[in-house]
Amino acid sequence: MARKTIRTIPQERTPMPVQEPAARVCNFHEVALGYGEDSALLESERCLMCPQPACVAGCPVHIDIPGFIAKIIDRDYRAAYNVISDSNLLAAICGRVCPQEDQCEGVCPVGETLEPVAIGRLERWVGDLAIREGWSNVPWVEPSGFRIGIVGSGPAGIACAADMAKAGCEVVVYEAFHKPGGVLRYGIPDFRLPESVIDAEIDKLVQLGVQIECNTLVGRLFTIEQMIDELGFDAVFIGTGAGTPRFMDIPGEFLNGVLSANELLTRCNLMQAGDFPHHDTPLGLGRRVAVIGSGNTAMDAMRVSLRMGAEKVYCIYRRTIEESPARKEELEHAEEEGVEFHWLTTPVEILDDGQGNVRGMRCIRMELGEPDSSGRRRPVPVAGSDFEFETDTVVYAIGTSANPIIGQTSKIKLNKRSFIETDERMATSLAGVYAGGDIVTGGATVILAMGAGRTAAQSMKDYLGIRDSGSVYQDLRADLDNCLFGIPRQERNFVRITTM
Amino acid sequence: MSEFDQTSIHPIMPPAGGARTSGIEIVRREDFSDVTYLLELAHPMLARAARPGQFVIVMSHANGERIPLTIADFDRDRGTITLVIQAVGKTTRQMQQDCVAGTHLISVTGPMGEPSHIANVGKVVCVGGGLGVAPVYPQARAFKEAGAYVIGVIGFRDRGLVFWDDKFRRVCDEFIVCTNDGSAGIKGLVTDGLRLAIEQHPDIGEVVAIGPPVMMKACAEVTRPRGIKTTVSLNPVMVDGTGMCGGCRVKLHDGMKFACVDGPDFDGHQVDFDDLISRLHRFAQEEKLAVAKWTESCKARLDRGD
Repeated sequence: MARKTIRTIPQERTPMPVQEPAARVCNFHEVALGYGEDSALLESERCLMCPQPACVAGCPVHIDIPGFIAKIIDRDYRAAYNVISDSNLLAAICGRVCPQEDQCEGVCPVGETLEPVAIGRLERWVGDLAIREGWSNVPWVEPSGFRIGIVGSGPAGIACAADMAKAGCEVVVYEAFHKPGGVLRYGIPDFRLPESVIDAEIDKLVQLGVQIECNTLVGRLFTIEQMIDELGFDAVFIGTGAGTPRFMDIPGEFLNGVLSANELLTRCNLMQAGDFPHHDTPLGLGRRVAVIGSGNTAMDAMRVSLRMGAEKVYCIYRRTIEESPARKEELEHAEEEGVEFHWLTTPVEILDDGQGNVRGMRCIRMELGEPDSSGRRRPVPVAGSDFEFETDTVVYAIGTSANPIIGQTSKIKLNKRSFIETDERMATSLAGVYAGGDIVTGGATVILAMGAGRTAAQSMKDYLGIRDSGSVYQDLRADLDNCLFGIPRQERNFVRITTM
Repeated sequence: MSEFDQTSIHPIMPPAGGARTSGIEIVRREDFSDVTYLLELAHPMLARAARPGQFVIVMSHANGERIPLTIADFDRDRGTITLVIQAVGKTTRQMQQDCVAGTHLISVTGPMGEPSHIANVGKVVCVGGGLGVAPVYPQARAFKEAGAYVIGVIGFRDRGLVFWDDKFRRVCDEFIVCTNDGSAGIKGLVTDGLRLAIEQHPDIGEVVAIGPPVMMKACAEVTRPRGIKTTVSLNPVMVDGTGMCGGCRVKLHDGMKFACVDGPDFDGHQVDFDDLISRLHRFAQEEKLAVAKWTESCKARLDRGD
């Protein structure tokens, strides 16, 4: 077959069917409906099969993207799934929530002339198919005899747990909430990531032999040090996330009707406040909701508010749409659904209705000045531009800071901003203890956290002397040295027992 | 951030067997009055880890809400923790009806919050009003164990509501019961008992006050002019209890704190109680609706004869 060129491939990116805005603001069903087989086959034809694919390098977990697309073209969908799950256990999740435009799709050469290959949509299609067909890739694993403790069942913890389980370790994941998934569960709304998808993907971990213990607050029920010293874990990974919401420290923040996006999303996603009073958790949302901030969390908070019945939802952001950190797709979806954007605006005071509730905000206009440390132009207040903004709910979505619990209960070294300090291989100041994801970097993305979890897993394997290929299906183990520290490989478990 | 003392952590044992899928068993229930009840839960790891001043988040059933409850007692030998609950809202009323010995709570997570700072402070007054009587008990016991001279002051509406006076007597050097009508102990509020203690002991090192916000506020006002260190335990609306939602933020004179991770103990002279009280009414409407709906469904069930 002649090599494909930019001129021979389908020119148009295959569109993804979506629920119409008017219908979807009344339900929590998924907005983007996903490709069918025909769309997936058509879109796969757009991949140029680059010999040195930029997309693989652009993927934080280095999925062999042309590899799985080639399998789709061959109509060997099971094999396509195997290729993805070599690097990523959570295809159905990442296909939905990764910012592909900044990663694989952002570096796709097709994108230089046309729209890039819709890699995320293809990944999602394969992931969904695997769930529907009940495919699971449970490898035969040589038990390594090691026990690994993972703190947090969010993306970082899940990715680390999967790699360690595949390396033959006994893995226990601790979660403070009553359901696993971390930010996937409490943070991302159902219309972007259905709960059934999270359940299916978590179930794969359980099939790998990972034990998940919910309702366990590590740090308080037992400490990180106790996990190593008393609970018999050979290594520990901390992936507790950033989590602590920021407030602005302006007057009126304590009024009823002011809440963090984290609280709003947790009440709705994890606790199902939309179903109150059948579910016991209320939300107490007003008719008019002003969300401060314009990141992906802000978009989620706004779109949830609309679905919870708010008549008006405003986005209040101190910069412009150009600087908005949200994904373009999320901004578009929010706008289609009726969110009203107020750029270059920031609140300076939240106003009291006299009974401890919000009646509005005093805002000021901003203008953009010189670029700041983030490279974005710094917003500067316009003198005398105060005005009142009527609203009865104010939601803060202006970022998060480090969760304090591990720092309060462990001697682990933190950096100046109270995040856990690690080296580039995710090792912390405590021997055998690794950390990754938002608790190290501050708020980032699902896939970056997963990448950090996988890097940490590799470091743990090196630390424990586990030599595996990191892959389930290619039996590279045969090629490894037959000896480890002068001890035959098959005696490794024996060695471990005698050193205890 | 508090100084972390590794030696104060109690040794733990690995959990027996696999995942706790069925929840946490209630091993004992005791009713103190028609609204106040005690649940003793089997959770050996939690019993070992718990320290005075900490709390748990409880979910009674799968569709339930997560509610914070202060740990009223823990027994490391029996492997249990004790909660004392007042039936005020829908969840606590439903628990009063459903939670009997042998049943399970679907989720109990903790211990949460910074433990109380317990030391030999010389003389300490432990004040508990209403529901605060239970959580102040482990503090009184811990202060006693630390060598302090403990004066217990607990208050109830009337004689019929009094509980745990025997437990307090065992750990207190002096003990004052207050009732609104004088049917037990002295007639008056806990603040009267507190004043009495302060008059008799000019050298009190610390006052610990736990109870409804108005009571803690009143206690803080008693001690403020005298400059006596006063610690209060706050119990605002929470969801996760791990510092993640910010719903439990409390206003202190020196800024915002989260009760779940920075507290629940705070300097009573720093707390803006009016703000706390206002924020506790945040879901008043929803709570009313939930109670009405639940009462109706109970009645319907009764009528059907289930």
